[in-house]
Amino acid sequence: MSDKKAPPRMPIESGCPDGFQYMHPVMRKNYGQWKYHDHPRPGVLRHVAHSGDEIWTVKAGTQRILDVFTLRKLTEIGDKFADGYVRFTIRSNIEYMVADKSKVEPLIKALEDAGFVVGGTANSVAMISHTQGWLHCDIPGTDASGVVKAMMDELIDEFKNCNMPNRVHMTTSCCQINCGGQGDIAINVQHTKPPKINHDLVSNVCERPSVVARCPVAAIRPAQVNGKPSLEVDEKKCICCGACFPPCPPMQINDPEHSKLAIWVGGNHSNARGKPTFQKLVAAGIPNNPPRWPEATAIVKQILKAYREDARDWERINDWIERIGWPRFFEKTGLPFTKYHIDNWRGARNSLNASTHIRF
Amino acid sequence: MDKSKIHPTPMLDVLEEGPWPSFISGFKRMRDDHPDQRINEMANSLLGQLEHSYETRKGYWKGGTVSVFGYGGGIIPRFSEVGKAFPESKEFHTLRVQPPAGNYYTTDMLNQLADSWEKYGSGMVTFHGQTGNIMFIGATTDATQHFFDEINEYGWDLGGAGPCVRTAMCCVGSARCEQSCANEMAIHRHLVNTFTDDVHRPALPYKFKFKVSGCPNDCVNSIERSDFAVIGTWRDDMKVDQSEVKEFVKAKGRQYIIDNVITRCPSNCMSLTDSDELEIDNKNCVRCMHCLNVMPKALSPGDDKGITLLIGGKRTLKIGDLMGTVIVPFMKLDTAEDYERLVEIASETIDFFAENALEHERTGEMIERIGLVNFLEGIGIDVDPNMVNHPRQSSYIRMDGWDEEAEAWFARKAEEKAAAG
Repeated sequence: MSDKKAPPRMPIESGCPDGFQYMHPVMRKNYGQWKYHDHPRPGVLRHVAHSGDEIWTVKAGTQRILDVFTLRKLTEIGDKFADGYVRFTIRSNIEYMVADKSKVEPLIKALEDAGFVVGGTANSVAMISHTQGWLHCDIPGTDASGVVKAMMDELIDEFKNCNMPNRVHMTTSCCQINCGGQGDIAINVQHTKPPKINHDLVSNVCERPSVVARCPVAAIRPAQVNGKPSLEVDEKKCICCGACFPPCPPMQINDPEHSKLAIWVGGNHSNARGKPTFQKLVAAGIPNNPPRWPEATAIVKQILKAYREDARDWERINDWIERIGWPRFFEKTGLPFTKYHIDNWRGARNSLNASTHIRF
Repeated sequence: MDKSKIHPTPMLDVLEEGPWPSFISGFKRMRDDHPDQRINEMANSLLGQLEHSYETRKGYWKGGTVSVFGYGGGIIPRFSEVGKAFPESKEFHTLRVQPPAGNYYTTDMLNQLADSWEKYGSGMVTFHGQTGNIMFIGATTDATQHFFDEINEYGWDLGGAGPCVRTAMCCVGSARCEQSCANEMAIHRHLVNTFTDDVHRPALPYKFKFKVSGCPNDCVNSIERSDFAVIGTWRDDMKVDQSEVKEFVKAKGRQYIIDNVITRCPSNCMSLTDSDELEIDNKNCVRCMHCLNVMPKALSPGDDKGITLLIGGKRTLKIGDLMGTVIVPFMKLDTAEDYERLVEIASETIDFFAENALEHERTGEMIERIGLVNFLEGIGIDVDPNMVNHPRQSSYIRMDGWDEEAEAWFARKAEEKAAAG
């Protein structure tokens, strides 16, 4: 039969490509044979191999969501001023690698002339790693790209320079799932009211047992509402985490007025000095205030100022607070300490001070 | 595009001000300057919906089911709840595409991807999302298949989305970093490409992530952000170039090295001699990396390199944050057999996870629920004191098998001693 449809094309399951072939030739040649690196200026790293070869890296911040014009501008700069090889860092900065020192300054100039920001190395405030927000997420309490753009406008000098005691990794997340991850400073949405339930939709949209199972505090029960199968929430138990919303969007957790931002500090993934640490709550109740979220930025700057003035060389924010103690952190940043800072989740007892170690 | 159809964006316009590059200006270039009217309209519609979100402080996307022929995942479907007002972006799916290990690209590859993407999609792309995928943001259901077919022909494959093995991530590593103790890219690809089927066809209780860092600085956050963290390390003595130590003291001063290196050592295993040389008690070094970070010219990892494996890291949902836990303190990763053993541990872990985790439960939560020992017995790994910060504090336990366990420990130690010759 001539009108029979062709079978669909089946995918080639090639998986993750080998990056080796796309590296700068000097990096391929010296793979695993690097001796040391230094930091000639902010935004530039020089790595020296045992062979004596050098590779110069220029790092630049971008808007992260690239339109094809911007992407082509970045590749054009790579072709014209670098050697045609790039990589992206996990914080979405672009890195150009060149073998010849004389290419570094013209490359920096080309990037800056095109509006990109060279920096983000060593003791700088790195690019904020972030999520999708209102632009693309199905459960966002706020935007991501806009918060980050507004904050980086204010922190750009700290990205371009290395004035901090150690590096500062910041993250933002538009719900409490925290896809932005742990950070020295994390700015995350905090829901403050239990979900408002659209009972007309629950039975059609949600698999009720899995919604009940998703609740971390067993506050959700199946119920008949207006003669229809639905769910009900024990509002006294509810911790407003929003975990029920992804499997059941009629559990409306996002609230234009009552979803606030909270700030957390001291998350550190590295094993350097101490073991890796999770971030801790320091500020909450911050308005979710587009398009520029000035209240959140102001608190971040307050924290950065105290850290910069008081921390010793090489102390990350968590190291600094461990040395000076939490009471002094609140004193130095001017942030209030409230009953909400005292944890009551499982394992919370380990966070209480069971000693006479007190700084006066 | 008809100028009268442009959605006003007074709030988003504010995000074009200021010195940091503006994503809004990028969207507007796609709306105003791109030669393809389809893209102009899509960008205009997207800007309209985003402005609506800014004004009402709410999101308007919902999920759904979209995939490509032969796969069950890899696409994040997005359908607009306000598609009537903004119809040209009412289907706005993201394709998650696996980048080359280490995120290395030539400019030609990026240009080729840009050409395909503007043919079928919105022209907006992110390198990379938080899991590590290239995010091609904004395609209709139909275009999703066409775009995938085209880039799949020239070497790109989708990553994971949903309850499946996810796209992996590794640091810059051996390609450029003197601290690297592992072949990160090889580990990354050996692991994730063994489970390609589990990447494309979501059938696990929940997500499962691999991340690989070349040293304990853990630049890809593997302990905090992955179910299966592989971290390079070494077990012989670190290398010290004493002449570089002297140069460092000369340049920075003795107080600097005492305040920033010696006293910062978490296991107090360093001292500076009267002749400005470093003495290191390597038996008590915990490989934290701090001194190597401060003095990269003078100090380097040793030669007997390998990896540490940690399992069960994740963020807050549902029982709270969990770091990965050591399950293999050290293993060599030199030969094909070594790599096979690593992949075998990963397979055992994923099989155990698939059979024993509850729906929407991560590996770390499962271990929390059943206890580390049950997990270790399930995947056939012996206990080791490196797995704990300290032995048990609670006396509430039955220890009926104590004698056999103690005997097994001594037998293992004797075996290890014999193997070491």
